[in-house]
Amino acid sequence: MPEKYSDIGQARGAGRESRRTFAFVRPPQLGSSKVAHYPVVIAGGGPIGLATAAFLGKAGIKSVVLEKHNSVSDGSRAICWAKRTLEILDRLGIGDHLLDKGVTWNTGKVYFRDSRDPVYAFDLLADKEQKYPAFVNLQQYFVEEYLLELLAEQEFSEVRWQQELVALESSDSEVVVTVDTPDGRYRLSCDYLIAADGHRSPVRAMMGLDFEGRVFEDNFLIADVRMKAGFPVERRFWFDPPFNRGQTALLHKQAADVWRIDFQLGRDIDRDTVLDEKNVDAKIRAFLGPDVDFDYEWVSLYTFHCRRMKQFVHDRVIFVGDSAHLVSPFGARGANGGLQDVDNLVWKLDLLMQKLAPADILKSYDEERIYGADENIMNSTRSTDFISPKSEISKAFRDAALELARDYPFARAIVNSGRLSVPCVLDESRLMTADEDDFTDTMRPGSPCMDAPLSCGGEPAWLLEHLGERFVGLYFSDSETPIPDAARGLELGGIPVDTVTVAASGQDDGEMCDENGNAYLHYDASPGTYYLIRPDQHVAGRWRQFDASRVADALARATCQTT
Amino acid sequence: MHRELRIDDPDAFYERLIELHANRSAADSQLINAKLILMMANEIGDRGVLDELLRALQDDSSKDASG
Ligand SMILES: Cc1cc2nc3c(=O)[nH]c(=O)nc-3n(C[C@H](O)[C@H](O)[C@H](O)COP(=O)(O)OP(=O)(O)OC[C@H]3O[C@@H](n4cnc5c(N)ncnc54)[C@H](O)[C@@H]3O)c2cc1C
Repeated sequence: MPEKYSDIGQARGAGRESRRTFAFVRPPQLGSSKVAHYPVVIAGGGPIGLATAAFLGKAGIKSVVLEKHNSVSDGSRAICWAKRTLEILDRLGIGDHLLDKGVTWNTGKVYFRDSRDPVYAFDLLADKEQKYPAFVNLQQYFVEEYLLELLAEQEFSEVRWQQELVALESSDSEVVVTVDTPDGRYRLSCDYLIAADGHRSPVRAMMGLDFEGRVFEDNFLIADVRMKAGFPVERRFWFDPPFNRGQTALLHKQAADVWRIDFQLGRDIDRDTVLDEKNVDAKIRAFLGPDVDFDYEWVSLYTFHCRRMKQFVHDRVIFVGDSAHLVSPFGARGANGGLQDVDNLVWKLDLLMQKLAPADILKSYDEERIYGADENIMNSTRSTDFISPKSEISKAFRDAALELARDYPFARAIVNSGRLSVPCVLDESRLMTADEDDFTDTMRPGSPCMDAPLSCGGEPAWLLEHLGERFVGLYFSDSETPIPDAARGLELGGIPVDTVTVAASGQDDGEMCDENGNAYLHYDASPGTYYLIRPDQHVAGRWRQFDASRVADALARATCQTT
Repeated sequence: MHRELRIDDPDAFYERLIELHANRSAADSQLINAKLILMMANEIGDRGVLDELLRALQDDSSKDASG
């Protein structure tokens, strides 16, 4: 059994111990000439494949996950889970696992040259009245384990370890895949194949598809080390520090006393020399000083890529996560972006499989997530260009911005050590209904809903806990403007719209109440305001007053029923 | 003089600025920068502001030189 990701890193000591492995279980189809059929087969049991299975299961759709290895992620890889991801995982019931186990942070600090004081600090969570923080840091393997625990409890999905998808045939009506196992091969057919098989995607290669974009020549050394250290829980980033002259460095805390240290190395390096333990030791010692005791969890050398497929949907084969798009890690946009793919895809697939929406709805996954991927690629590319300037003049501008940053706040906005993942606002989507009424921009159609603290029958609650997995009509009421009867029990061609009402402060009507006015404020609401919200918690349309025909139009648009 | 951010979408501006210099020689880049400074100065127009900017950087570099 080859090590998972041995191509990009090596896990040592403590890291290996913490990793769970899973035995090969002989599938019932092996040795049978009958080809068993499943609604969905998922290639790849990384975070994105597992999350896809979990959301499909929640919608009652059966799936099989094929994973060629026998374990969760070898090294930590992704560590920063963004607020939007936590909100998405909250709907699976595991958001609080990440919060409890992980390290919460909202601040980042940027250092330049030899000064011990940061040139500036930033706070990523402007509004503190949210269930989840800006970021939780947690090793990727923990997140994968939470998803696996969840799948084990669900009857709808099955993870098949040490089973590799080695061939596929796609037709108008189904996809047939060939699976290789330690005991031989078998075949499965499915309505849809979800390719969540990572950045080297064998499915993409088998289909002869493209993966276009830029490769950056700089090299980065990641060392995840286990140590007891009193460093603050912040993202700390250095430009040109004494311990890594002319390059950058990053320090970030993970759970269980593991710290990520990331050193920029420059262009021309010798892989073996850099990865020699003596040399890694020396670099880390220069940074931490001689007295800190540490142990390696994972060491890896990598270069950056910013690429994507031209299209994510190819008839019955749908690409999600790293197989569809790859970004440099400085904005933590990889897994965080991939989870937004899943969130976007599953409800559409669900409507399509129930024949409640036309095939065109899958095209909208392509459009919306390509838009999201391009935003991630743009931000990651800009950060990479700032961190790793390609010319003398580009470096001069960068150093100028850094030198100005301490005294001139405007220059801080130019310094770019990573533009950390924020959820994509689907501004150009044809599924959204543009505002006709007057509203501020914050929660414009396309936006993912912002959380707000509410009270529900006197108990504290969060707005987002009441949205998701179905269309919701969010109605802002007060005693003079109760929800109109027509807004209840709304339905269009079999797609129901559930209503959630939020009463203005002091007008508690026994449902939900916005005691401190946060929801009214964020949503620029007045009594009577009505928002149509998609199953993935994105705003599809909004009005100052409920109007059944306008809502029906918007729902038709949001589900591709209009041409 | 403004110290707070006034540039709309600074990341996009910075990207364009670096693009302006792509594939130029160092000498060419320096000339482009000089032109850009003169154009921006003309855009600002106000001699008081220009003098203040020049003074700010004069102090800045003398600070560096002395330690
Ligand atoms: C150093 C580093 C730091 C990162 N930091 C962050 C971060 O802070 N935040 C963030 O959001 N992202 C981060 N990322 C990115 C993140 O790790 C990836 O985006 C994420 O793992 C993608 O998940 P995935 O499920 O799409 O692919 P993967 O995790 O690559 O999973 C793909 C799976 O498919 C399996 N597979 C492949 N081929 C087959 C086949 N033929 N049959 C069956 N199974 C197959 C593989 O074994 C693997 O398990 C980081 C990445 C790196 C390298």
